[in-house]
Amino acid sequence: MLAHSLFFYFFSSIAVFGAIMVTVSRNTVYSVFFLILVFISISILFIMIGAEFLGMIMLIVYVGAVAVLFLFVVMMLNITEQITKRSSRKGLINNISLGSIIGVIIFLELLVVIGGWKYKGTFVPLSNINLNQYVSNTHALGNILYTEYIHLFQISGMILLVSMIGAITLTFSKRENVKRQSYFTQIQREKDSAVSLVDVESGKGVKIDD
Amino acid sequence: MIEIGLGHYLTLAAIIFTIGIIGIFLNRKNVIIILMSIELILLAVNINLVSFSIYLQNLVGQVFTMFILTVAAAEAAVGLAIIVIYYKNKGSINVEQISSLKG
Repeated sequence: MLAHSLFFYFFSSIAVFGAIMVTVSRNTVYSVFFLILVFISISILFIMIGAEFLGMIMLIVYVGAVAVLFLFVVMMLNITEQITKRSSRKGLINNISLGSIIGVIIFLELLVVIGGWKYKGTFVPLSNINLNQYVSNTHALGNILYTEYIHLFQISGMILLVSMIGAITLTFSKRENVKRQSYFTQIQREKDSAVSLVDVESGKGVKIDD
Repeated sequence: MIEIGLGHYLTLAAIIFTIGIIGIFLNRKNVIIILMSIELILLAVNINLVSFSIYLQNLVGQVFTMFILTVAAAEAAVGLAIIVIYYKNKGSINVEQISSLKG
């Protein structure tokens, strides 16, 4: 139990520190790295409390895909100089005061909710899908994900497909001065248009029109 | 204090959620950090779901967490694509100047 609490405090403090640095850091690249730190420590917490599949998925999806995507965009856009160039003090202070007021209010509300959970009534489980001690977490998740939640699973696949198509169509741009393959004209070529027999007189060449 | 229960995880989630909310207000200049703050908020929701799922011994929370993960990834991809195309057109991603839709 002591090890659990030590691990919890260690990784959660790292996560909170990383989250603060994500929002505070001036350089966007650094905040992406701190985001990666937050994700890694939270996934370690997940693995520690027994949701090992979700912890691993978190590492793969967030650290492996989303954070790298952020990093690529940050490095592509070259925005760090722009941000520092026009940063007005007055607006920043306004933002900080408004944001901290709203943040404190929301945090207090969440604390009230957490405190209220302590005095809950007796809990009645809504579903009989229980955690089994003898089956690993991944196995149990697969058991219900592919049977009871198969439609939601496929809909989430559709969401990914739609977002992929959307991202490609948004960023796709047709460039000028680039030679492209035209499949239809290539396939439609026939012998008459492609090959011609020329009688070549000796001593003269063939004029090829290009 | 030593015994780690549900409340600790919920408090951690609440702290990260609040940091995400404050981050949205703090970084009005930079859309990318706003997107990252949204990711933090979704992460806090995931922590809540997973800790409740472990505490109640019920797997549905973890299934739902996977769907939230999917939606977060899709949202990040589309949002970053929008940012890239906006930067190509306007040359800056300052949020306070994005007012073309006001008409």
